[in-house]
Amino acid sequence: MKHTISVLVENKFGVLARVAGLFSARGYNIASLAVSETLDPLTSYMTIIVDAKDEAVLEQIKKQLNKLIDVVKVTDYTKKEHVDRELILVRITYSLKDKNKLEAVLNKFVAQLVRGKANTAIIEAVGDQVQIKQLLELLSPYGIQELVRTGRLAIGVE
Amino acid sequence: MIGAQILIECLKREGVEVMFGYPGGQVLPIFDKLYDADIKFILTRHEQGAVHAADGYARATGKTGVCLATSGPGATNLITGIANAYMDSIPLVAITGQVKSFLIGNDAFQEADVTGITRPITKHNYLVKDVLDLARIVREAFYIASTGRPGPVVIDIPSDIQMQDSVFVWPEVVDLRSYKPTYFGHPGQIKKAAQLISQAKKPLIYAGGGIISSGAHLVLRALAEKIKAPVTWTLMGIGGFPATHKLSLGMLGMHGTAYANHAVMDSDLIIAVGARFDDRVTGRTDTFAPHAKIIHIDIDPSSISKNIRVDVPIVGDAKNILGEIVEQLKKLPDTTEWLKSIEALKKKFPLRYKDDGKLKPQYVVEQIYAVTKGDAIITTEVGQNQMWAAQWYKYDHPRTFVSSGGLGTMGFGFPAAMGAKMGNPERTVIDIAGDGSIQMNIQELATCVYNKINVKVAILNNGYLGMVRQWQELFYKRRYSHVCISSPDFVKLAESYGAVGIRVTKKEDVRKAIEKAISIDNTVFIDFVVEPEENVFPMVPAGEAINRMIEGLA
Repeated sequence: MKHTISVLVENKFGVLARVAGLFSARGYNIASLAVSETLDPLTSYMTIIVDAKDEAVLEQIKKQLNKLIDVVKVTDYTKKEHVDRELILVRITYSLKDKNKLEAVLNKFVAQLVRGKANTAIIEAVGDQVQIKQLLELLSPYGIQELVRTGRLAIGVE
Repeated sequence: MIGAQILIECLKREGVEVMFGYPGGQVLPIFDKLYDADIKFILTRHEQGAVHAADGYARATGKTGVCLATSGPGATNLITGIANAYMDSIPLVAITGQVKSFLIGNDAFQEADVTGITRPITKHNYLVKDVLDLARIVREAFYIASTGRPGPVVIDIPSDIQMQDSVFVWPEVVDLRSYKPTYFGHPGQIKKAAQLISQAKKPLIYAGGGIISSGAHLVLRALAEKIKAPVTWTLMGIGGFPATHKLSLGMLGMHGTAYANHAVMDSDLIIAVGARFDDRVTGRTDTFAPHAKIIHIDIDPSSISKNIRVDVPIVGDAKNILGEIVEQLKKLPDTTEWLKSIEALKKKFPLRYKDDGKLKPQYVVEQIYAVTKGDAIITTEVGQNQMWAAQWYKYDHPRTFVSSGGLGTMGFGFPAAMGAKMGNPERTVIDIAGDGSIQMNIQELATCVYNKINVKVAILNNGYLGMVRQWQELFYKRRYSHVCISSPDFVKLAESYGAVGIRVTKKEDVRKAIEKAISIDNTVFIDFVVEPEENVFPMVPAGEAINRMIEGLA
């Protein structure tokens, strides 16, 4: 099962390697990882989507993360009210005649055409996992040439 | 003041009396400052010797061990020793030189990514990028190494930082918002534990290395005597409870006593303190202690419920929590029947070996105990020698048994003995070794002799890598694949280094050889030519339930 964990870390040299190394050394799986500075440049947030087979593994992951000296706080959003979003960029096969049809699709989402060329278009979209999945399904008939995703970001409601 | 001098000032303020190490190109500024410093420096013959010596010093004294090596190969030679300290939670600060800051990443001469390599085997590590951070980093390193669940910390210092001029400001306090170990147990949990203990009929205490690192041996004894519960311990817990005490069960697990293992399986309450349910202890986890509720006291939350389900977890310092429990206990359990059945188990399954007049390794260990009256510090190598040293010598005091537990590092015992002796110059320190293990760091003979660190090495010389041979005998149809190991003439070898060598081939000569070795004011190798195919029993085959032991003399 996938769990969303947010890790507040000291923004110190090697901290990403410490967290990533912990996952590989102990055989935990990272589904996605997004890292960036917070308002305080001394700390960063890492939003990690982990694949844990049961509650015990999830517990261990949290404990092991907390054990790292540079980890300030670990928040598990599994049972907490939160909002999560992901940004994706997609390059699809496209011809001008499809413009209206495509825009009708995009209008249903937080998505837009950012760049169109003669036969390709780049689309950006933001959404939760369900929305992203739906959008990708609707785009697939066009032919998805390449897809990049930021990985999920999460924030607590309070 | 330059970086190197700042480092020395910090080490002095941390109370470092002795350090072990080896010089090299990227630590020249530090060695230049060491030349005038009031810190004893032991030049080992290999960096691995230095790190194990620092580790042995830490285990035998409770202080933080310190070692120093140069960049690249100097640092990588420390790796085994750092991993060793990490697995056994030993406070250690390893200082390494690094190539100049602006060369890092250039594949410079003797460059290695030391913080990268040591990340998974340290509690924390630092690369010093600014001389202004140096004093704070050293302070933090010692603080992190010695507090909470102790462990090794590496400080990697580029040589240009060592030479940079700066001002020395000693940070009075360490403030790490992300590192606050829990020392006091949750009162509710302690209450629950006390209740469970009151209700138990067959309580048993399972003590690990945490007893020793937290200094909880006296309060552990108080608890055991108050509730009249038998006490078993892990390899790391040896010395945490007196082996000669009537409530003692000896070590449990793969080569534990049969009565300890049976008692665990029969018990209805296990009080685990400072132990981590290692696979060598639990055997097959789904069969472990099927009737028992488990109270688990540990300072490291990640140790709890890692391998074994736990009923009452208590995070905190063993000494504090055991003290609280002793105070909270109102009603005491009645364990009369339980202790009777333990006595019966002890009678039925004694620890034993076949004494047929030949020179048996177990006998050698027994005689070491008899001659030293249990008052020596024993270090061990890894394998059969280690298990016999654990089984046949009775340790009544903490920090008298120094052995590589988690990592199982051959070659640890001799340099560790050196470190233990440096920390306890007035005590007899004996490394119980095998003929295989001793050859792994034998170069330290020169260090011992030159520095007059008089340790005694009892080599249980059976001509084999004995523990591997034992497994090949029992589980691989006696197909002895590369376990027959030749050795030099240990007597002549010791003499060539300026030490003393004694060879013993007969049982009747064992005692006087040990007495003689102890009386000699020099490092002594005693080469005990023992029975070649003696096995360590009892033995729980890997992955079996711990009451399914192979007995040697059924």
